Amino acid sequence: MSAARAPFIGSSVERKEDYRFLTGAGQYTDDISLPRQSYGCFLRSPRAHARIRAIDTAAARGAPGVLGVFTGKDLAGVGGLPCGWLIKSIDGSPMKEPKHPVLAEGTVRYVGEQVALVVAESVAQAKAAAALIDVDYEVLPTVIDTASAAAQKTAVHGEAPDNVCYTWAIGDEKAVAAAFSQAAHVTKLTIINNRLIPNAIEPRAANAAYSRADDSYTLYVTSQNPHVARLLMTAFVLGLPEHKVRVIAPDVGGAFGSKIYLYAEETALVWASKRVGRPIKWTAERSESFLADAHGRDHVTTAELALDREGRFLALRVHTTANMGAYLSTFASCIPTILYATLLAGQYATPHIYCQVQAVFTNTAPVDAYRGAGRPEASYLVERLVERAARELRIDPAELRRRNFIGKFPYATPVGLTYDTGDYAATLTRVQEAADLKGYAARKQASAAKGLLRGIGYSCYIEACGIAPSNIAGALGARAGLFEAGEIRVHPTGKVTVFTGSHSHGQGHETTFSQIVADKLGISTDDVDIQHGDTGKVLFGMGTYGSRSLAVGGTAILKAVDKIIAKGKKIAAHLLEAGDADVEFEHGEFRIVGTDRKKAFAEVALAAYVPHNYPLDKLEPGLNENAFYDPPNFTFPAGSYVCEVEVDPQTGAVRIDRFSASDDFGNVVNPMIVEGQVHGGVAQGIGQALLEGCRYSEEGQLLTGSLVDYALPRADDLPHFNVELAAGTPCTHNPLGVKGCGEAGAIGSPPAVMNAILDALAPIGVIDLDMPATPYRVWEAIRAAKR
Amino acid sequence: MGVPIQLNVNGSPVTAEVDADTLLSSFLREHLRLTGTHIGCDTASCGACTVHVAGRAVKSCNVLAAQVQGLDVTTIEGITPQDGSLHPMQAAFRSCHGLQCGFCTPGMVMSAIDLVLHGPHSTEAEIRAGLAGNLCRCTGYQNIVKAVLMAAKTMEAGRQSS
Repeated sequence: MSAARAPFIGSSVERKEDYRFLTGAGQYTDDISLPRQSYGCFLRSPRAHARIRAIDTAAARGAPGVLGVFTGKDLAGVGGLPCGWLIKSIDGSPMKEPKHPVLAEGTVRYVGEQVALVVAESVAQAKAAAALIDVDYEVLPTVIDTASAAAQKTAVHGEAPDNVCYTWAIGDEKAVAAAFSQAAHVTKLTIINNRLIPNAIEPRAANAAYSRADDSYTLYVTSQNPHVARLLMTAFVLGLPEHKVRVIAPDVGGAFGSKIYLYAEETALVWASKRVGRPIKWTAERSESFLADAHGRDHVTTAELALDREGRFLALRVHTTANMGAYLSTFASCIPTILYATLLAGQYATPHIYCQVQAVFTNTAPVDAYRGAGRPEASYLVERLVERAARELRIDPAELRRRNFIGKFPYATPVGLTYDTGDYAATLTRVQEAADLKGYAARKQASAAKGLLRGIGYSCYIEACGIAPSNIAGALGARAGLFEAGEIRVHPTGKVTVFTGSHSHGQGHETTFSQIVADKLGISTDDVDIQHGDTGKVLFGMGTYGSRSLAVGGTAILKAVDKIIAKGKKIAAHLLEAGDADVEFEHGEFRIVGTDRKKAFAEVALAAYVPHNYPLDKLEPGLNENAFYDPPNFTFPAGSYVCEVEVDPQTGAVRIDRFSASDDFGNVVNPMIVEGQVHGGVAQGIGQALLEGCRYSEEGQLLTGSLVDYALPRADDLPHFNVELAAGTPCTHNPLGVKGCGEAGAIGSPPAVMNAILDALAPIGVIDLDMPATPYRVWEAIRAAKR
Repeated sequence: MGVPIQLNVNGSPVTAEVDADTLLSSFLREHLRLTGTHIGCDTASCGACTVHVAGRAVKSCNVLAAQVQGLDVTTIEGITPQDGSLHPMQAAFRSCHGLQCGFCTPGMVMSAIDLVLHGPHSTEAEIRAGLAGNLCRCTGYQNIVKAVLMAAKTMEAGRQSS
């Protein structure tokens, strides 16, 4: 029921996927049941660090309904889970890459690490049998704290005696030091970027089946990138032939990064499905999601900003310690380096930047990308620092930003990126208008009359999206390409199926991609179907993360459409008895230029499949084209956010009263979907700023291991967001002019919230506060300042 | 030991024998294959499993199948018209973009219908409070609130005309 009409691009078309989701007809991994399926349960370590002296599985093997019990010893010959990005230390040595076993081998290194897999006829039987496994643990001292990990006597891995995975740096340290020696003012800050647990509402799940008939495997799994999961699993871990494994990521219920990685669970299930001879299904309980999904953030940073007398930024010096957790997850190593340090210029023309990053191992769950991945950490640091500098220099924070904005593009930063386009002053001006600054003084007075402190905070974020040119990524250590693939299959009746390597887990690709294809081919969105998430259907794909789907995946689709049109012109030229060059394609019709002689798109499609009158000597029948697209640069979405809070000094409770956003995503295909992405990102950013924080005890027990202990934002925790899409500066290097919008909200909002709280608390002398700004923490800060 | 139960699910009588510890959520998903009811947590915190029992919203992970003996249970499948159209709440969610990944959506829709039928829902603040038992990680709730305001009007207009 699409009431939408062409042109579809730029229009808020209702989503094609919504009918099935709204009626309960979505097919998520746990909804899929296979004939004769059995059930898996993972026995997880209750200890953060322990040597396994012995595992006795006899009782479990004999328990009712048990089909198999497997431990690390059974997986001899199986490789470790690989890390996809090699980072080199300052001294040129490669990062430490201890084996990341599928099932623990001799030692456990975090609470929740998988020790054994039990397969049984039912979930209840598998769980009951797992409880009968007797593991003899010799408990070892733990390393938990990020900042002090490198100074601990205990080593998480023998290969890294000081717990350091790598010490990496970017920028010109000497030039930065020289600039600091000339500075009129230096602003310093120590910042903790709090560790987060992603918590997509759909828990991870998998269902693995082995077929003896053709010696092949089928895996249904909650993945953002099924081809990558298959490649890593077959080539690096299990040693299976890639073409004999089909990975299907059906409807996926949110991911936010946490479903990018190849995890131990699905790998173990694929391996065990052949041994058991039955499909094995496993669905994480929420407590398992907390323990064993890759976490996010967890940085401790000291930073210094050097300014001249006029408040112009001279240099930025940053030292960050980043927690990798117990093992390197798939993209862990590139998050605090390639996706963090390279964004430290922010929107500012700071001439010299140096950043050193020490990545450490700890006895905690692996840490990897979570919505924004490195860029929120960079944005939070820069925007807190700028606001602190403004306060110290008594310059209006918006004015200080304007003085330092990059004004000319392209702009090469001192940390490796070249921004192609942007207009930072414009988004700041627009958000200032949207935020009703004129009324602020009156609102502040009204708050004061109620005994509340009102504050306002800014954030001007930038992110690098559309990852990435493969050759640049490769030079920086990526062990994979970062292109995307698309295929257009035109059916004889002119209907179109599109196959994309991007994966939708809430982003609405079925709608957005249809809009593009429908417009370009001059057909209805109802005549376009989008297929994704199945290695058995889609030729290849790198998947969805880093706000790359439209900029990279959408461009691949567009290039395939161009090939369809080019071939269609040749077919039409034959049918119209004209030269190829005389045929143009517009509004779904092939027409001889300057005449009314034409063929409809569907007529040409039919001719391609019923080639009775067809140039068979020059042209193959059929109408089906593939394209791969490797972008020449990142894209650089940017924007400005303003947050206004009220703080109750008696209780420390923070209420967000107003939140305004102006984002420049370049061209926008579906404004409704894009605004929805901003809403969701801002909600997660506010979650980080006010509510969410992962805590481990000193013994490495996860203290925030359930939705009762870890606060996700609920409807009544959040304000109405005043979101505006700026007119935008189109990306200069992809044909759609798009930049990506999935992570912006989560990147831009935490500093805006924290700057607002610190502005509110400034009159009583609070100058620093870490996230999450819970009532207790704010109350403590107020008490400490008053002492 | 099986416990015999009889209930009405989406208007049809159901007779079954279940383990005493079978949760209503598992009964709906595993026994009846009504997979629109989702399970997102193990602490009755997320609300993805919300269904209607005797006309009121209930987290089906927090109820034993044996407890609903003799009662009417309605799931997301049960409120969906058979003619391919949508319930006014479903239609409002689509028109307001009140869903993204769709996983929390069935539970959210069932809670929202209950809120409009039985709870205070005339202001944004009331709707936010009324939906606080359902977690959504994608939308930031703004468009869900908008959808509930829209559906409330349609549902009330429908009740007045009928």
